[in-house]
Amino acid sequence: MALFRRSAPKPVAAANARRSAQDLRVGEAGTICCLEDPEMALKLLEMGCVPGVQVRLSGRAPLGDPLMLVLGDQEYTLSVRASEAATIMLKE
Amino acid sequence: MAATLSNPAAAEAAASQAGPRPVRIALIGNPNSGKTSLFNQLTGLNQKVGNFPGVTVDRKTGVAQLTPGQRAEIIDLPGTYSLYPKSLDEKVITDLLYDKTTDNYPDFVVVTVDASNLRRSLLLFTQLGDLGLPAVLALNMMDVAERHGVNIDLPALERELGVPIIPMNARNGIGIAALKIVMAQRLDTLPVRCWEPDEKLLPMVRQIRYYFDLHNDYLALHYAQQYRQISFLSADEKAHIQELTQQYDFDATAQQAAETIARYARINEILLETVTVTRTEQREPVSNRIDRVLTHRVGGYLIFLGILFLLFQAIFAWAQYPMDWIDQGISGLSATIQDNFHGPLIRLLTEGVLAGLGGVLIFIPQIALLFGFLAVLEETGYMARVTFLMDKLMRPFGLSGKSVVPLISGLACAVPAIMGARTIESWKDRMITIFVTPLMSCSARIPVYTVLVALVVPDRAAWGIFNLRGVALMTLYLLGLFSALGSAWALKKLLKARERSYFIMEFPVYQWPRWKNVGLTIYQKVQAFVLQAGKVIVAISVLLWVLASYGPGNRQDEAVSQLIMQQNIGFSSPEAMARYNKEHPEYQEDMARRVASARLENSYAGTFGHLIEPAIRPLGYDWKIGIALLTSFAAREVFVGTISTIYSVGQDADMGTLQQKLSAERDDAGQPFFTPARAFSLLVFYVFAMQCMSTLAVTYRETKSWRWPLAQLVYMTGLAYAAAFVVYQVLK
Repeated sequence: MALFRRSAPKPVAAANARRSAQDLRVGEAGTICCLEDPEMALKLLEMGCVPGVQVRLSGRAPLGDPLMLVLGDQEYTLSVRASEAATIMLKE
Repeated sequence: MAATLSNPAAAEAAASQAGPRPVRIALIGNPNSGKTSLFNQLTGLNQKVGNFPGVTVDRKTGVAQLTPGQRAEIIDLPGTYSLYPKSLDEKVITDLLYDKTTDNYPDFVVVTVDASNLRRSLLLFTQLGDLGLPAVLALNMMDVAERHGVNIDLPALERELGVPIIPMNARNGIGIAALKIVMAQRLDTLPVRCWEPDEKLLPMVRQIRYYFDLHNDYLALHYAQQYRQISFLSADEKAHIQELTQQYDFDATAQQAAETIARYARINEILLETVTVTRTEQREPVSNRIDRVLTHRVGGYLIFLGILFLLFQAIFAWAQYPMDWIDQGISGLSATIQDNFHGPLIRLLTEGVLAGLGGVLIFIPQIALLFGFLAVLEETGYMARVTFLMDKLMRPFGLSGKSVVPLISGLACAVPAIMGARTIESWKDRMITIFVTPLMSCSARIPVYTVLVALVVPDRAAWGIFNLRGVALMTLYLLGLFSALGSAWALKKLLKARERSYFIMEFPVYQWPRWKNVGLTIYQKVQAFVLQAGKVIVAISVLLWVLASYGPGNRQDEAVSQLIMQQNIGFSSPEAMARYNKEHPEYQEDMARRVASARLENSYAGTFGHLIEPAIRPLGYDWKIGIALLTSFAAREVFVGTISTIYSVGQDADMGTLQQKLSAERDDAGQPFFTPARAFSLLVFYVFAMQCMSTLAVTYRETKSWRWPLAQLVYMTGLAYAAAFVVYQVLK
């Protein structure tokens, strides 16, 4: 139990802070609210990361980065780096 | 299609009657939307690969027989997600579509759309429609969509978009016939407008539109967005647009984002009316389950290593059989000709042309296998997973996961590998990848490695399971790999990043490779190699033969007569010498060899080799190797051809393999010339040296600057010299 708590990053702060796709646990889904980085946003938008679309973290690469994100109801998978996923903000 | 193709003359005549020129149609679509399959289905073997003007992006064009009497020129454009290019590959598309007056401007476009992923595919389609291009929508992958429970109301969608829609499955050719019929009808109906520039933008947009006399507002908006990258605009024109954008305070990024979101909103409305999704099953897609195995934290890497191992096995073991056949075939042909005909022209043919040709043809099995292998990995969708697995590992070296594909392709040939680096969006990542790729041991080094390793490494088992020669080969490859990574790391420290690196990429769904596509890739690569590299190699072989057979003035004759004079001194009379020669045939043979050697040493090539000998003596090389280094400067595979030419000039035709010739070579003290120190020094030299004109040329074309190829040449040659020096001095 103690081990589990230590590995969870700052539980109080995380609950208050806005979450991004990077903070999702494997298997967890969220809805895109906005994209932070304007330049990155253009590419993400073209690839279908549009506000309102559901995004699910389906897995991470063996070294924790990049991530595999499954987008929308029409199910297709994007591979993004953790730093890029951090710009995809989720709705509360 | 086969029936119509079999009578090209009739088709030609029919086409010329149909009009002044065939219809020109561009194929465009998202990556993985089946565009390549459609292109192959439409054109078959009637395609040619060229370059887009100004850049070395493959420009595939082909001819499709639409109806028995009508043909069309098809241009296959690189896959893209939108008309706002992010990589070099995509820029080609806008260059083509922005300028209506260009020769290549298409009459209409066929947009391939993935039916199982309509929303994102339609983004590109609506942009094309708003540019005012007549379009046909090829709704591909209908089977996948149906399996996902996606039902598309085609007549309603046709009404909404205003263009003909052809449902199809390009993989197995379903719908191709219908598409051809529609394409044959020379379309001019425009798609329904999806999005118009905002009122506030109009003053600026209109000024650009009237200044350049463009046919619509949206195109003018694209000029405002991308004027910096449009190749056909002059500096003055760019300055004019820049002034306008500043005057009207135009925020390109915000506008582009707003446009994309507005388009998605409109597309959502359309899809709401035309598409119903009935979830037939909630079962997880097969691809995800395969991914769980192939990208597993341990298993993923093991499988990747296993696939690499299989690749090496294919290149080294399986390719050996057809290579032996080619080798035997060529030398058999050569021997037959030499037995039956004589004269300098015949020697030119056999020792020059045929030897050179053999050096080209022998590579075909390896090149075919390697490109076939890479094509299968690409086709199945596995390459994208390799990129995913390797990204984090590559980043410390200044490379990205996308560099892995060029680096692996570099094992085949650096030329297509460097071209493959085009998919890397980040400038810095791309430059580093291009710079270090030639350090990966390409297939042209294989013959050099094989010959020299076989010469000095015994064919013995090591540690039970490995073969000592195999271990030596593996070490050479690893040396290449680690030098590439190390150089990349150093370059990362040196280069200043001008932009950020992206890694956003779609995972294609796993699928069986389309063998037709694989076959076409192999065919095109082999053809390009034989025609392009082949010309150079044969030309150099012939030139070399001439240089090695003839010398300046009569130096050769003088050297030979001097040699004979020396020999004659020991005999009382010419008759005594003749008698001695008759009794001792081996002496006569030795004499003949010495004469040949003297001739070679005093030939043009020999003079040349002597000239550079002081520079390469510290590496353990003599003038003969000097000749080989010089000739293989253009292409390293020439090395083996050269030494086999040099050592075969004057040697017995039945002297057997190159290896026997090399082991027979003696130094001044009568000891075997190719000592381990010399051979390893040469091997290491070839691991690092930039001995390839084609690579330098392609680096120049891809970077559009001489700085990069020059830096590559100086760096790699320097590294090779230093490493070979160390190896020879240590092992000597």
